[in-house]
Amino acid sequence: MNHLDQIHPLIALLIALFVLIGTVLTLLGTVGLLRLGSFYERLHAPTLGVSWGTAGILIGSVLMYSTLGSRPVIHELFLGIMMLVTAPVTLMVLGRAALHRDRAEGRPPAGSDAPGHPLKRGSER
Amino acid sequence: MSTTLLSAVLVFSQVCLAVALLLAVIRVLYGPRAQDRVLGLDSAYVCAMLLLVVAGMYHGTVYQFEAALVIGTLGFVATAAMGKFLMRGEVIE
Repeated sequence: MNHLDQIHPLIALLIALFVLIGTVLTLLGTVGLLRLGSFYERLHAPTLGVSWGTAGILIGSVLMYSTLGSRPVIHELFLGIMMLVTAPVTLMVLGRAALHRDRAEGRPPAGSDAPGHPLKRGSER
Repeated sequence: MSTTLLSAVLVFSQVCLAVALLLAVIRVLYGPRAQDRVLGLDSAYVCAMLLLVVAGMYHGTVYQFEAALVIGTLGFVATAAMGKFLMRGEVIE
């Protein structure tokens, strides 16, 4: 690993911390995507990976290439800004599509089946 | 010492992102309705993009970054088009 040897140890620790935070948050988001009960709960889970998962890994990448290239490398910020702008748009389109499909099929609206138990695992809607 | 730590963290990160990609693909396969599959596909796009960025960091090249950019753009367009299709029944009206 030639290029990793040229990084200052403190910067390397910082890069490792940011990459670890981003990775673990992305993994937690997909675990939530797999385990949560209804679609409207599942819609929230991948936003972990989109927001701080992407941000942590891209901050680590910016730090690493800026250290290696001895000048600030910020073209990763473009990817981060693009993810932050596009993720709410896609998830809102998807949520509205799911709501429209539920209404068109005459299913009960979201959250109306268990009024006193917000954490109860409902059946598939 | 810190170089070994950083290398180990990058390998661990690649393994974790591959597991996350697998979980998203499982949601695509088992999603009870169509919107669950679209959501799983969007999440799989994000995981693949991050996996490419971390692989580029591990190998010290910047060429994976453009591939990650293309994957991010395609993920946005694909999810928006599929959400529009689910809502209206057609993509371009």
